[in-house]
Amino acid sequence: MNFLKTTTFLIAAGLATPLLAQDAGGRIDIVVQPEPPSLMLGLVQNGPTQLVAGDIYESLLRYNTDLEPQPSLAKSWEISEDGLTYTFHLQDGVKWHDGEPFTSADVVFSADVFLRETHARMRSSLAYVDSIEAPDDQTVVFKLKTPFGPFIGVFEAGTMPMIPKHIYEGTDYANNPMNATPIGTGPFKFESWEKGSYIHLVKNEDYYLEGKPHLDEVYYRVIPDAASRAVAFETGEVDVLPGGSVENWDVQRLTELDNTCSTGKGWEFFAPHAFMWLNNREGPTADVRFRQAVMYAMDREFVKDVVWNGFGKVATGPVSSKTNFYSDDVTQYDYNPEKAKELLAEMGYDGTPVSILPLPYGETWQRWAEAVRQNLQEVGITVDIDSADVAGWNEKTSQWDYDMAFTYLYQYGDPALGVSRNYVESQIEKGSPWNNVEGYRNPEMDAKWAAAAVSPSPDERTKIYSEIQKEIVDDVPVAWLLEIEFPTIYNCNVQDLVTTGIGVSDGLRDAWIKQE
Amino acid sequence: MTLWKRFATNRGAVIGLIILLCVIAIALLAPVIYPGGPWKMVQRPFLVPFTNGDLPLGTDTLGRDVAAGLVHGARVSLLVGLVSTVMALLIGVPLGALAGFYGGYVDEGAMRFTEFFQTIPNFALAIVLVAILEPTLGSITLAIAIVSWPPVARLVRAEVMSLKRREFVEAAHLAGLSNTRILVSEVLPNAISPIIVMASLMVATAILLESSLSFLGLGDPNIMSWGYMIGAARTVIRSAWWLSFMPGVAILLTVLALNLIGEGLNDAFNPHLKKGRT
Repeated sequence: MNFLKTTTFLIAAGLATPLLAQDAGGRIDIVVQPEPPSLMLGLVQNGPTQLVAGDIYESLLRYNTDLEPQPSLAKSWEISEDGLTYTFHLQDGVKWHDGEPFTSADVVFSADVFLRETHARMRSSLAYVDSIEAPDDQTVVFKLKTPFGPFIGVFEAGTMPMIPKHIYEGTDYANNPMNATPIGTGPFKFESWEKGSYIHLVKNEDYYLEGKPHLDEVYYRVIPDAASRAVAFETGEVDVLPGGSVENWDVQRLTELDNTCSTGKGWEFFAPHAFMWLNNREGPTADVRFRQAVMYAMDREFVKDVVWNGFGKVATGPVSSKTNFYSDDVTQYDYNPEKAKELLAEMGYDGTPVSILPLPYGETWQRWAEAVRQNLQEVGITVDIDSADVAGWNEKTSQWDYDMAFTYLYQYGDPALGVSRNYVESQIEKGSPWNNVEGYRNPEMDAKWAAAAVSPSPDERTKIYSEIQKEIVDDVPVAWLLEIEFPTIYNCNVQDLVTTGIGVSDGLRDAWIKQE
Repeated sequence: MTLWKRFATNRGAVIGLIILLCVIAIALLAPVIYPGGPWKMVQRPFLVPFTNGDLPLGTDTLGRDVAAGLVHGARVSLLVGLVSTVMALLIGVPLGALAGFYGGYVDEGAMRFTEFFQTIPNFALAIVLVAILEPTLGSITLAIAIVSWPPVARLVRAEVMSLKRREFVEAAHLAGLSNTRILVSEVLPNAISPIIVMASLMVATAILLESSLSFLGLGDPNIMSWGYMIGAARTVIRSAWWLSFMPGVAILLTVLALNLIGEGLNDAFNPHLKKGRT
């Protein structure tokens, strides 16, 4: 009897194993919104481009949802004690989609030649780099001029995509005809692009990881209207709605459908941080007590629950809780209208009207501005909403013609990459809506931001960034609102879709479809 | 029969008038009924109508009282409708009268100018104007007035042209009255009835135009209007249809009332027409 039992158990175990394994094959349809202008990730790095091109191109590393570096094209790496030398050992047997071998020469070309010319954000990190060398085909060494802690965070596909040297060397990068048929090392190859309809990728049979990718093909579908995208998901025409592709108000209805899963993960690396620029130069917003009153007057939990359907987290300060070096040891601005009124009375606010400029990105942002206006009116601030289209918003913010303006910025995992730019004086520059638009000046703080960026010791960095956060939160240079999470909605049969801090944008390497 | 009696024989017109008077009363009393204003977030969002006694029409996407929105929205709709119609009349009537009365080059010039506006689709022109001027209550009213005066000018011109050949006008000429005096005190008063009928319909059109602009997000973001309510509810129409339905009904009723009144006025001013039809 015992024998029989054991056998049954063994058979059952033998049968169970393939069921637990990931099923290979299948096709997945994903919405991409809006249609990307190009798939050449070395030239264009906006969201839609990276969503699609993240399957075609790769970088040396990936980052998990805790932003720890993981192997990608580099199988291992070392950082020297002094924080100046980064050595990467590349995977064996990696081939470009056209069959050419991928070597360290491609890495040097991509980082030192191609991206230095085409990629502004990468260029500012490369300013810390002294030399990039390839001692042999499988090894790359980055030597830095000074320690730069966030450097380990730049080896992500949208920041440092690997570009094939044999195709681009010596050509006019922007006009290379191969831009239309991108060649990368990624798990999927470019097959065809029907403009206005779909982008078709197929499995890279020669991918260097055994058994991956699991999927046979991927269709990125272009559907211009938000309501139609929701319907396409309901009818099963698409399997995945990446973050931001349907209106927030539709999220709840869609997630209640049968066999529908959703996740707010996959935005840890970008960590979109929403806030209002408060014009520090003039008007009531120039007074720190007014700015603090604004923080106390807003019911940010309400907005999170109602406007964002509970997704996201109320921001406590300039650094997102998903970003490295976050500290919550700061003044907490809970909803407290009484305190706001006291602060206004103390400064002697005389009812000077202030205006709110919403982000022209659809209904969600309009409703958000309306909720803030109501909150501010209830503590006695005279406030109205300005209206502007995208061009008008760019014009008004970059020319500093506003009192309070909604925006959100990506943090890229490290305060030195995505946070300090909005608070240091050197980034006050009329004409750009991507920097210190509020006009906050604090030379003492500038020195700390600079020191934290180049400190070789993580402990030292943690200490300085904690100090910065504690101080700046009391100054309220901008009104922090929400750590945005754009929920990804998908068919539950799709497994392992969001496994990294970049989410769907590099999720398809590991994704597979459960066969029923 | 007096004008009122002739108007009252049209039952539809009387119903229209009652509805309109109700809407006007609600609009006037809005600050009394809902002193907190239409933007106040009073309850949880998406409250279904008729489930909460204090909030008979439920709440919208931010938990604002839909009934308060409708009541305050009535003010905007009526105000925009009336003011823009008055402005359109102020442009259209003098232009049409001059063109019709003097003829010749004046007529040619005025009519080419009018046609210039008539060749551009109304709504498209209104969108462009509001987008250029930035959406405020004033610019929206102005834009609606600018797109609605050409038909007035043409109507007045036609009336004046037919009236100026009548005997009483010739008599006035013989009596030595000045052209201006004849136009203002003899011709125009006799052209007033079709203008009134047209004006009542123009108010209805203006309300629709304002709603359409707000629906497209080109409304004044600081003013609650029916069109804004529909536009804001459009994204949730699948899950909360009543949010667009309620203001839609309000617009329908008001516009219908104005059309019925226009019809009634038309009958009252032209009794012969009415008799011929029945």
